[in-house]
Amino acid sequence: MGILTISPSPHDHNSESVSKLMYGVIIALLPAFLVSVYFFGIGTIIITLTAMVSCVVFEWLIQRFLMKEKPAISDGSAMVTGILLAFCLPTNLPIWLVILGSFVAISVGKMSFGGLGNNPFNPALVGRVFLFISFPVQLTSWPEPGVNHFAYLDASTGATPLNIMKNSIKSGETMSEILLDIPFYQDMFIGRMGGSAGEIAAAALLIGLIYLLIRKIITWHIPVSILLTVAVFTGIMWLSEPALNPNPLFHLLSGGLMLGAVFMATDYVTSPMIAKGMWIYGIGIGVITVVIRVFGAYPEGVQFAILIMNAFTPLINKYIKPKRFGKEVANG
Amino acid sequence: MFKTFRPGGIHPSDNKLTAGSEIRGLPVPGQVSIPMNQHIGASPKILVEKGDLVKVGQLIAQEEGFISANIHSSVSGKVLKVDAVVDMSGYKRKAITIKVEGDEWLEEIDTSTELVKEISLERHEIVRKINESGIVGMGGATFPTHVKLMLPRGKKAEYLIVNGAECEPYLTSDHVLILEKAEQILTGTSIMMKALDVDKAIIGIENNKLDAIAHMSTQAEHYPGIQVQGLKVKYPQGGEKQLIQALINREVPSGGLPIDVGAVVFNVGTLLATYQAIQKNKPLFERVVTVTGKYLANPGNLMVRIGTPVSALIEACGGLPENTGKIISGGPMMGKALNSLEVPIIKGTSGITVLPDTESTRKEIHNCIRCSKCITVCPMGLEPYLLMPMGERELFERMEEEWTMDCIECGSCSYICPSNRPLLDYIRLGKVEINKIRRARKN
Repeated sequence: MGILTISPSPHDHNSESVSKLMYGVIIALLPAFLVSVYFFGIGTIIITLTAMVSCVVFEWLIQRFLMKEKPAISDGSAMVTGILLAFCLPTNLPIWLVILGSFVAISVGKMSFGGLGNNPFNPALVGRVFLFISFPVQLTSWPEPGVNHFAYLDASTGATPLNIMKNSIKSGETMSEILLDIPFYQDMFIGRMGGSAGEIAAAALLIGLIYLLIRKIITWHIPVSILLTVAVFTGIMWLSEPALNPNPLFHLLSGGLMLGAVFMATDYVTSPMIAKGMWIYGIGIGVITVVIRVFGAYPEGVQFAILIMNAFTPLINKYIKPKRFGKEVANG
Repeated sequence: MFKTFRPGGIHPSDNKLTAGSEIRGLPVPGQVSIPMNQHIGASPKILVEKGDLVKVGQLIAQEEGFISANIHSSVSGKVLKVDAVVDMSGYKRKAITIKVEGDEWLEEIDTSTELVKEISLERHEIVRKINESGIVGMGGATFPTHVKLMLPRGKKAEYLIVNGAECEPYLTSDHVLILEKAEQILTGTSIMMKALDVDKAIIGIENNKLDAIAHMSTQAEHYPGIQVQGLKVKYPQGGEKQLIQALINREVPSGGLPIDVGAVVFNVGTLLATYQAIQKNKPLFERVVTVTGKYLANPGNLMVRIGTPVSALIEACGGLPENTGKIISGGPMMGKALNSLEVPIIKGTSGITVLPDTESTRKEIHNCIRCSKCITVCPMGLEPYLLMPMGERELFERMEEEWTMDCIECGSCSYICPSNRPLLDYIRLGKVEINKIRRARKN
């Protein structure tokens, strides 16, 4: 017998760890990655690897030399940030912009607040919005699906369905005319449309969602509340004015909504912790997304919607409390 | 239909290695040390001194104060010393050490195995006898049982809840008691129903013990008013408040007692002790202890005299394995790590769990990622992730506002945390400090 360990209970721990959760998220992102490689070719691989590696390297450098603590890159969170950042960028984006975006995501978005667990905003979205506002031209040229196998910077480009919708409505076309210009819903569902690397394939993202739910990495509340809100909000508009508004399915399948609802909004650190709070957060994201898409200047609003609701998360956590056992009884 | 409590709960691997292993009598050791702090409440007054001869079952310490309990000798022999010895808490506390000579029981104890079902004592006599017999809660809480039977003025018990959940991993002492002593437990239940003047009793058993549910259900048919209810396996189902909610769907109010919702809860071991005290005149001086661990050669459920050193139990189960890293009094979720093998077994010791060194140390702590798993599993609806930093920063008044005192210390939060944060450690610290603040407020 060696030395007996004395510690308070519990003496048992389940086998879950931060790194296992993060690697679970990475596994859940794989289907969307494969679909993206299928439709966009080599560009997806280049920007995803670049973003992953740069996020990990920047985090290591900042922890090692600026914060002077033991680097915790093995927890996998920097890798997830890198993949998510790449997934909301066009696949023909120059490498230096990907690296710059990764730098902003990790340094400004995450490490300036003290690293994992302390950042108020989703780091990948901080990087993405920084790039989007600073380099609007490069960030809004979208490679066409299915034609750019080995073309990277010289990929042929086209518009996303949301762009077509926004511009056509602006120029006064009727919905029946616009619908001829956008892809069929079944194509949008499997990902045959223009867009960012990882956002196009709703089907693959839903497979990822199922995996996350089965592994109990996330709960259903946030994705369902966002998607449901978007469907109800756009559904009301569609029913009241079908000639001017696309049906809810278009909104659910287009742009970054699915990627945002499943992988960005569900980021542990920046989303509420109680089911009721998750509903408030999800409904907020859904409403803001539709408002930006329909009434705003930008064709897509998910990234802003998530960042805005990230800012409300501490407030939600402060005021939305779990139901305490025996509290109602005590008061009644 | 199996019931369970909500919210919260976890599913640790149950590791019931000794399920289905019969009760083995542990030979009386050469010497016992019977601690005076075996129960919640005041220490009893010691009645013997060095050199006295005692018999098995003889009163050696008399309750003193409202919440206290009698203590009886578990062996016959000569009092060696009345002194302080290290007990399960790790501190030196008062204990009576007896050198064993023979095994001579008091004559009034009925040692026959014949079942006595007829309850001849009246209500107040039952309470008095339980008090005299030194019975305390044997699920681990060790609250003196007779005090529980004195209901506060104006309160009426409606249900007697029998705790056979045994949700703690590894432990099987309640399971084996149900299998081997079902009728005695049921008679004990009837005695308690009479003492509390209730006509409904529900026995809750988790469905990882289907044999126990089946056996108890069959036997209970002969006892009016007693019902057996299966429960879905979920920790901490055996928590008093959780069990009441699972069985009768009532929530004990924050800071309140089970009697506030008309319930009184007893563990099956307590009911067996009650049967023996009332029907067999046998005070509480021995109990079943599960001695378990993945690397023990011969784990089992042992009938042990109170005061027996832990080392004697481990010897009887094949000796301490080479790779032992931790020895726990109780199970891995709520048990207490021991610093010595020479500490004595007490009335509340339901098991001794031996963990290998690979499972003995905690893992590296990481930042909280606010995954909210601790909130999801908390059976009391608390937010451990929030309470821990408050504890670290000594914001104890804030902790009190966040209902910290409701914590039942089940450890589900620390168990589930993917960042291995010692959530419960800081919540416990908070509870101690809040109690100090509350006492200061009163004065």
